[in-house]
Amino acid sequence: MENINAKYVSQKISKTRWCPVSYSSLQQPEVFATGSWDNEDNKVSIWSIGNHNNSGLEDGFEGDPQILCEHKHGGDVLDLQFLDQERMVSASSTGAVTIFRYHPNTHTISVLQHWARAHSYPCDNAPCTALVCSSPEIVTVGEDGRIVVFRADQEGAVRVIGEMRTRMLPPHKESSLKLSVVFVRECRQQHNSRGDLPKDHGGFDGDRAPLHCVDRHPNQQHIVATGGQDGMLCVWDVRQGGTPISLMEAHSAEMWEVRFHPTNPDHLFTCSEDGSLLHWETASHSEMPSFLQGGRNSSVISHGALTPAGGNRPLSSAWLCGDSGKGCLETTHMLPSQTMSVNSLDIIGQCLVCGTDGEAIFVNRHVPV
Amino acid sequence: DLKSVLSLSIQNIPALRRGKHMGFAWGQGNIFVYETLFKATGSGSPFIHEVRKDEDIYSPILRKLFNESHHIFVGLQTIREDLPSKNKKPQFVSISKNYRSVIRACMEELQQVAGYPLIRSVLLQVSILLAIELIWNLCEVLFIDAAPAGSLLLHLLDWVRLHKADVDEKARDVLQSDSPAEHRDYWDVPGGTQTLTEFDVKWRHWHEEVDRCLQDNSFASNQHLEVLCKILLGDEDTLLEHKDLLGTWYHFLVSRLLFCHPTVKPTELHYYAQSCMTMFLDSRSAPEPLDSILLAAFEFDIHQVIKDCSIALNNWWFVAHLTDLLDHCKLLQSHNLHFGSNLREFLLLEYASGLFTHHSLWQLAVDYFDHCLEFGRVYLELQIERVPLDTERKALKVLRICEQRQMSEQVRSICKIMAMRALRNNRLGSALSWSIRAKDAAFATLISERFLQDYCAKGTFSDLDLIDNLGPAMLLSDRLTFLGKYREFHKLYGEKRFKEAAKLLLSLMTAKIAPRSFWMTLLTDALPLLEQKEVIFSADQTYELMFCLEELTSSLNTPSSDSDKSMQEEDVELTKVELLRLALSRNLAMAIVKEGTVET
Repeated sequence: MENINAKYVSQKISKTRWCPVSYSSLQQPEVFATGSWDNEDNKVSIWSIGNHNNSGLEDGFEGDPQILCEHKHGGDVLDLQFLDQERMVSASSTGAVTIFRYHPNTHTISVLQHWARAHSYPCDNAPCTALVCSSPEIVTVGEDGRIVVFRADQEGAVRVIGEMRTRMLPPHKESSLKLSVVFVRECRQQHNSRGDLPKDHGGFDGDRAPLHCVDRHPNQQHIVATGGQDGMLCVWDVRQGGTPISLMEAHSAEMWEVRFHPTNPDHLFTCSEDGSLLHWETASHSEMPSFLQGGRNSSVISHGALTPAGGNRPLSSAWLCGDSGKGCLETTHMLPSQTMSVNSLDIIGQCLVCGTDGEAIFVNRHVPV
Repeated sequence: DLKSVLSLSIQNIPALRRGKHMGFAWGQGNIFVYETLFKATGSGSPFIHEVRKDEDIYSPILRKLFNESHHIFVGLQTIREDLPSKNKKPQFVSISKNYRSVIRACMEELQQVAGYPLIRSVLLQVSILLAIELIWNLCEVLFIDAAPAGSLLLHLLDWVRLHKADVDEKARDVLQSDSPAEHRDYWDVPGGTQTLTEFDVKWRHWHEEVDRCLQDNSFASNQHLEVLCKILLGDEDTLLEHKDLLGTWYHFLVSRLLFCHPTVKPTELHYYAQSCMTMFLDSRSAPEPLDSILLAAFEFDIHQVIKDCSIALNNWWFVAHLTDLLDHCKLLQSHNLHFGSNLREFLLLEYASGLFTHHSLWQLAVDYFDHCLEFGRVYLELQIERVPLDTERKALKVLRICEQRQMSEQVRSICKIMAMRALRNNRLGSALSWSIRAKDAAFATLISERFLQDYCAKGTFSDLDLIDNLGPAMLLSDRLTFLGKYREFHKLYGEKRFKEAAKLLLSLMTAKIAPRSFWMTLLTDALPLLEQKEVIFSADQTYELMFCLEELTSSLNTPSSDSDKSMQEEDVELTKVELLRLALSRNLAMAIVKEGTVET
């Protein structure tokens, strides 16, 4: 926890996202974007933690985020994703979807595209709750129960999936729609694929809490982690559907985001309304009794007790251990205690950024992964 | 100028025309003001003006102050009560320093923003923060750290030096050349290697030495040195001559104490303070609010300090946090106010209520209310319902706050609002989820009815996912249970598990889960099962179905049944009944035969 400090930014942060770095350069990310919520004037901002040539900022210590530029945003920022290194897309509580372009030379943000009523009710605004990007396509999901596909260069929506009536899911299940959206993006089929996954979620037995977040294992696409209203972290094997492989009591309140580490997927991060951000790590090839048996307690073991075994990973990932007793799971708290709700997190390499309702951003550049 | 900043202000409302009457209404943290006419004639102005008392919470830089201090506040509340007080004092001092560093950080940021040209309003804010930090620092030295004689003066020196450096950079350079700091080396750190009396003796010795030098005119040749000497002796007149260097009466006070009474005891402070203030200030000018506050502090009258600060400042932030800290140090006698709560709680409640009016900072206020044991909960219950629920996400957060504190009334009310909103947009599934969360049986019944009506109208269900996964929530209301079970029937039918479907269908009627109005639909649903080649309903089951049908038709035939049905509708009804009767009898026949047959 030594490397983490709060930067107070005078806006409640709903989303933080690292600007993607080109994989070839293996750099650590230096620039991230944040979206705010619950302000009269919400903003999308770009920050940098790199070293600056224009330092007149003696009081900032190394790694202190400095704001580069910002742009106003209508409505709360409910989701924010980078399309590529310069463009990002935001989903708004007014139902609008906007593409912003960040100009690194002039440190400005401009609006490239704006779909004002991507999601709406007949007489009201319907918030756009989540979006997924795969350049140039953007797939968005909203409380009105529709999935809309946009293309970055086209004016209108490319496709609208989900008729108003029969596919209306309760809004807190929108994120399960997000997963099916991911499948849609891959299979590019309009009807079949989307039917699959929601049914899987429909089958779960003991756990009927609405889902808030979903993430796929970067390499093994059948492994999915979800988190929801009850703060439980569930790991699923999509091939087997039905019930989750493991259930862990991660948090005492809603889990807002779950993320697999993109290059080191034995690590998982979750953040929650209860103000904690947990770093989960599986260690394969261990004789210790499985943390996942029964899966009901979440203790915090100080990090460093176990290092993950390097080298060859078994094909069935450590996340799917279930009761087999082969794996062990460690959790570490990454933030000082008594922070307010952590709404969002993002991790690339060794850099973790998260934003809270206490109007603070935390950046950790030395996450042990 | 620091002093004039803390004073009562009168706000002109420029938009109101001169000579007009002003009407007003209190809001939460603000006043609505409008032009009004007592006579009925003449034109009026259609505008309402909002006068907000506290603009600070809308300043982006000051917002950081609120957030950071909230963090410190929560940390302070969780210090364990059972630690002995000598262990706690350093913690309290450190917390006090934390608060102050937050204030200073804000100040510095504001100063950076003020820049050139100097923005007046920002400078004003900076001045207020300066004043606040000055007062807080003094309170820390006198009350929290409670420095004893000896180290008291050192702390006061630090205090003055810190603020002198803030206010007047140029003076600092000059001051350092005359600075008493050089003479600090005369003394060892208090409490270090020598006792107070030892030090006192040494000091008196030195003082006499200097005095003798002066009397001897040893410095007569050099004017500056002579002045310096007189200062060292604490000669009042000399000191007063350098008023502009000193700047403030409290600087004068500390200087005088330094040179005349370095071993001053805390209890003696107020004599010197009063006299210094009188000497320093012109007799014609009345003491400014800041001066009286500082004087009250020197007199160790905590309540007076708090009271004066409350009046002078436009925001409860300072007094609330300071009082809370002093209360933790057990320095406030529990001073019961007329309306029941104590001073600390009163101030915290006022501050938090002010926060609640802010569209974003209301979340911080929740923690403050939590730590007001007597009235906090009530205040929270009243305020939390007024948070505007623009999005689902926000509603979920508010709900979480209420559920964690078992505020079931508020949970219900919030869920009802969200459910109504969903209903208005025809999102039945969403509305149902909200009413399940609120455990609101009545509303769940209402929504289930809508679902069923939808089904009757369209022949299909919406929001299947939700209904299929109700789980134990199904038992919330009878209608909801029926909805869930009915959907189950459809599923079974779809999976061609006809016997189970049939059994379920029958039980819906016999167990009276289904409302009577729906029985016709259920019986109609039974038709395809009856018409199957294979016998699905057993004879007993068929009898029961017939019984249900008879019950239904007899109630339909009673004179009280609605006679405004058109002839066509009645025909349809009759046909349906006849069809049913036919199907039932046929099924009965087949069932009897089947059950009577002995398989060989």
